[in-house]
Amino acid sequence: MRAILVVAGGVFRDSIRDRIAYGLVFFAVLLIAASVLLAQLTAGQDLKIIKDLGLAASLAIGVLISIFFGIGLVAKEVDRRSVYSLLSKPVTRSQFIAGKYLGLVVTLLINLAVMAAAMYAVLGYMDWMATPELRASWDAPALDPRMLKAVALIGVELMVVTAITLFFSTFSSPFLSAACTLALYVVGHFGEDLKHLDKLVPSQALATVGRVIYYVLPNLAPLDVKGEVVHGVAVSAQHVLLATLSSGLYIGVLLTASALIFSRRDLK
Amino acid sequence: MDAIKTEGLTKHYKKGFWRPRPYVALDGLTLQVGQGEVFGFLGPNGAGKTTTLKLLMQLIYPTSGRAEILGRPVGDVSVRRRIGFLPENPYFYDNLTAEELLLYFARIFGYSAAEARRRASRLLDEVGIGAERRFQLRKFSKGMVQRVGIAQALINDPEVVFLDEPMSGLDPFGRREVRELILKLRDQGRTVFFSSHVLSDAEALCSRVAILARGRLAAAGSLDELTALTANGWELVVAGLTREALERVRGFITSATRVGDTRFALALPPSTMPERLMSELVATGARVLSLNPLRVTLEDYFIEQVRVASEDRDVKRVAS
Repeated sequence: MRAILVVAGGVFRDSIRDRIAYGLVFFAVLLIAASVLLAQLTAGQDLKIIKDLGLAASLAIGVLISIFFGIGLVAKEVDRRSVYSLLSKPVTRSQFIAGKYLGLVVTLLINLAVMAAAMYAVLGYMDWMATPELRASWDAPALDPRMLKAVALIGVELMVVTAITLFFSTFSSPFLSAACTLALYVVGHFGEDLKHLDKLVPSQALATVGRVIYYVLPNLAPLDVKGEVVHGVAVSAQHVLLATLSSGLYIGVLLTASALIFSRRDLK
Repeated sequence: MDAIKTEGLTKHYKKGFWRPRPYVALDGLTLQVGQGEVFGFLGPNGAGKTTTLKLLMQLIYPTSGRAEILGRPVGDVSVRRRIGFLPENPYFYDNLTAEELLLYFARIFGYSAAEARRRASRLLDEVGIGAERRFQLRKFSKGMVQRVGIAQALINDPEVVFLDEPMSGLDPFGRREVRELILKLRDQGRTVFFSSHVLSDAEALCSRVAILARGRLAAAGSLDELTALTANGWELVVAGLTREALERVRGFITSATRVGDTRFALALPPSTMPERLMSELVATGARVLSLNPLRVTLEDYFIEQVRVASEDRDVKRVAS
């Protein structure tokens, strides 16, 4: 366990100093702050726009950081041979994979917390400026604590994306890892369509293929509750728990597969 | 117990995408390195030195054969507590400082924060990294990264140190410092296994060497064994040698080089008894200034072994 934590600490320290990560988080915070201006152009929808933009920016920037750093976790380390010094020390390849994953996830969650804090600060400002009549017209309060459910599920989604990136990164090049992760991320949001493909296409064979793909690929759609929380629709704790548990299972399978593949691989 | 032992260690790769062909990177390497030795692993580029080191570090897996370090299989994690490794052209995390990198590696071995700091500081001093230790590694020159690489290989006071081209990228001062460091490790009773194609380093440091050519062990032994057994004659320097005297001994020498007015350096073949020739020359009034055996240098030996191994491989390839 110590080796995993030390490797994770190294990833965390290395990634939080990366200027690209700083830039991306700064960009997200700026975007969230700028949403105040954008909201003024709309009539009565200002709060929804800020919430929507804030959550979407947090997810998009998180996914970008996850892929950008995720592909470097293994593929770049092998390419640049920095892995040689580490693996010649008492660290197994499975510990290496687990530590790399943990380190990046901690970085991502801290970045997400910063972006969520920025969003809440903007919403707090809106709440402070609003008249009682305007407040009464909102679907949900500005500082709605239920939004934290959406933020938490974005965190879970980023953990899934990181596990996918890490998985590809154990056996393919950085570019291919990024492309495959991005493809899976997009497809993962259309999981329900794949499951019910029989209602969309006449071919039974195609519908079966769609269902198989649905069970193999990550289902990211349940993790997306942005629309619900923005419009003040309740998201049950059971939904959050189930979505988190199924994602955790998927992450576990991916990390195990990554460790197995990487343990057998020749690091040329 | 040997510090390092390999038996028939072999590594084949597949080359080519559409029609992969086997490529023999290492072919049946059998080798023993005793504890406390400074062992030079020599060979031209592409001979299989780095492949061997990667196999010993289990960064790659053998096609066949086995390897042990300190009596344990190389896959045993406990072995890695007792060894250090400097990869060829090392690369580390750009955003960490040299000090942080060493602390990071020290923590992997389970040292406390204070002990890790003490070790990192001592080693960075030893490899000549001063105030730069607080700079991020992205700002380091190749030579400085190499020094940090050597420091990280020693963070756990290893019993066996593997250095892949340790002098690479170092200036003459750095090379001398690393040589001194290796000798210090030897004096502390540690085993040093280093690969190099710079033969002067091996001559200056090694008690034994192995020469690898095209993936095969071409020769192994102590420097004395490898070079003394193939001594190829003598060099006799004489003064006051007349033209007549030189003509008289012409049949016993292979060459005569004038190095002064009447001073000559005479090259004698191994078949000539130097004592007899000297007495004849002294009888003519010449004076013997020095007599030295013409020993084969490691470089001569290395080139010969690599040439023979390459020809052998070519002949086998044509025959097959």
